[in-house]
Amino acid sequence: MKDGKINVHYVTRVEGHGNIVVDLKDGVIKELRWEVPEAPRFFEAMVRGRSYADVPHITSRICGICSIGHTIASLQGIEAALGVQPSEQTVLLRKLILHAETVQSHTLHVFYLAAPDFLGVNSVVPLAATHREALLRAIRLHHLANEWSDLLGGRTTHPINLVVNGWTRLPTGDELRGLRQRITEAIPDLEAWVGIFKTLEIPDFQRETEYLALQRDDEYAFYNGVIASTDGGTTPVPRYREKIHEFVVPYSTAKHTKAARESFMVGALARFNNNHAKLSPLARWAAEEMGLKPICYNPFMNNVAQLVEVAHCLEDSVRLINELLARGIREEDRNVEVRGGIGVGATEVPRGILIHEYALDDRGTVTGANLLIPTNMNHNNIERDLKALTPTIVDKSQQEITLVLEMLVRAYDPCISCSTHLLNVRFA
Amino acid sequence: MQIVNLEEELLDLVGLVDVVSWREAMTGHSDDYDIAIVEGSITRESEMERLKGIRQKARILVALGACAHIGGINCLKNFFEMDEVLEYVYGKDARYFDTIPARPLSAVVPVDYAVPGCPIDRKEFLEVVKALLLGKKPPIPNYPVCVECRSKGNVCVFDKGMTCLGPVTRAGCGAICPTYGNKCEGCRGLVDDPNLDSHKEVLREHGLTVEQILNSFRMFDGYMEVAR
Repeated sequence: MKDGKINVHYVTRVEGHGNIVVDLKDGVIKELRWEVPEAPRFFEAMVRGRSYADVPHITSRICGICSIGHTIASLQGIEAALGVQPSEQTVLLRKLILHAETVQSHTLHVFYLAAPDFLGVNSVVPLAATHREALLRAIRLHHLANEWSDLLGGRTTHPINLVVNGWTRLPTGDELRGLRQRITEAIPDLEAWVGIFKTLEIPDFQRETEYLALQRDDEYAFYNGVIASTDGGTTPVPRYREKIHEFVVPYSTAKHTKAARESFMVGALARFNNNHAKLSPLARWAAEEMGLKPICYNPFMNNVAQLVEVAHCLEDSVRLINELLARGIREEDRNVEVRGGIGVGATEVPRGILIHEYALDDRGTVTGANLLIPTNMNHNNIERDLKALTPTIVDKSQQEITLVLEMLVRAYDPCISCSTHLLNVRFA
Repeated sequence: MQIVNLEEELLDLVGLVDVVSWREAMTGHSDDYDIAIVEGSITRESEMERLKGIRQKARILVALGACAHIGGINCLKNFFEMDEVLEYVYGKDARYFDTIPARPLSAVVPVDYAVPGCPIDRKEFLEVVKALLLGKKPPIPNYPVCVECRSKGNVCVFDKGMTCLGPVTRAGCGAICPTYGNKCEGCRGLVDDPNLDSHKEVLREHGLTVEQILNSFRMFDGYMEVAR
């Protein structure tokens, strides 16, 4: 299709509403937009006037997929503002529940939302007939992640018992041992899917860009770290504004961002590209099997990077549980001294770096908030990828072009309803 | 997405019904349907028209989750001026965007049934769909969370020195928040005849100011009179 228009009004199998608009003339792009028309939700404005203690439960509702990540970034931001250092036990347990969310979200995306494209069907449902065993393995893995969240957080989404400076209900040693056994038993399911993915044809498309991810010296960073770039250099989280610049485009309720270059990517591929050396042995094996090598500039490989991270999270969770059991689980004092201040929290959620910043008055009431959502950081990169990819596939039919463009968007695993409420408030 | 999380049960469910449109999980769409399940609150003029269109086509309209059912957390913004909220989030670019005070579906069109809560209870969702397929009224409790909380043997949240919306909030969640050491935040909405005056008095006796009492209701019930 050298001439004509493509208008995908709502890309399906993604969280939220996004449109692809393409206008081709003689095989050249006249116009191409990645539009996000989702209703803005204004969480930053809404939390003003609320007590610090309510805020993680409110901002958790930004997303039904990464509610654990929002809760943790929110807790970190508030704790930084209050000058609270949570205990080692609290942090280990937060890392463990964050892994649950990463496994849950990545398996949901890779198996239920993205795999249908690679296997030539319109949803996961037909796979029940054609790929029953693989689907049952996928369901088992995803189910494990759900119950893992239930066990630690009280339920699958919008965790109840993560609070400022601790947990309102701690898991027992027996519960953790049971979880460790189930995680260990799930590893063959993951290995089987690595075997499937290495046979799938991933579109070969490369566009060099900048990748940002949190980084730590001692582990593959999820819970916290400094902001690292594949272009070099690191930025401490409280100074995130020096690295990440936001701007508004009129056709999108989600803001666009850039860093050193015109756009950047966050998420599994960005974490892999920055931190691959810290992956667990199983994850390194998975990457090698599926041909994922740093630095990988193919955004379609984000699906593969997600599967690699599932391997890492499973294996690393066994390590975390061993550490928790060796220490022994004990009730801790959660009381905090309320004071005013500004604090920034950042954590790696399935789709990339999530930043929550809050200003509190001396009674602990929120006076200002700024939330940076990873899907938002990716919108600009998605649009530039679409612009680079389209001219290379104009010889295909309109239907085929549409499918490949949709697959590209899906590879980013965008969570669009999350991304439509970002702002750049400056605190006085 | 809570429904995608049903997994095995979901595969059974899609055997019983013909899902014609589900953007989050499948490609393809049809306007020929009997039951419409709608999530989210109404926050833009254009959504009112879209919802009215869905109402015309559907024999049964179900509000899914707290936002659709009672307005939910989005109604927190209703306590600010819309212009101010737009300005706060989009600054000088606010003119590109529109927003109206958030409201539940029932503020725009008649709604037949609701699956309450934030998040919804997946099992309750299945019960509602099964009841609809059998032509029955879905079994949503009309007694307060306290009933379920007591039957779980929990220590009353008030006795732990905290306050709670359990006495006026619709049960069905298994009192999950008090069970996990928190207070009930009211995400399932009020029971049909809540004794609000008496509950506000209890909250006052436990040291909450008028502003704090309103704030506790505003978290999910901001559209309701009790929060204004």
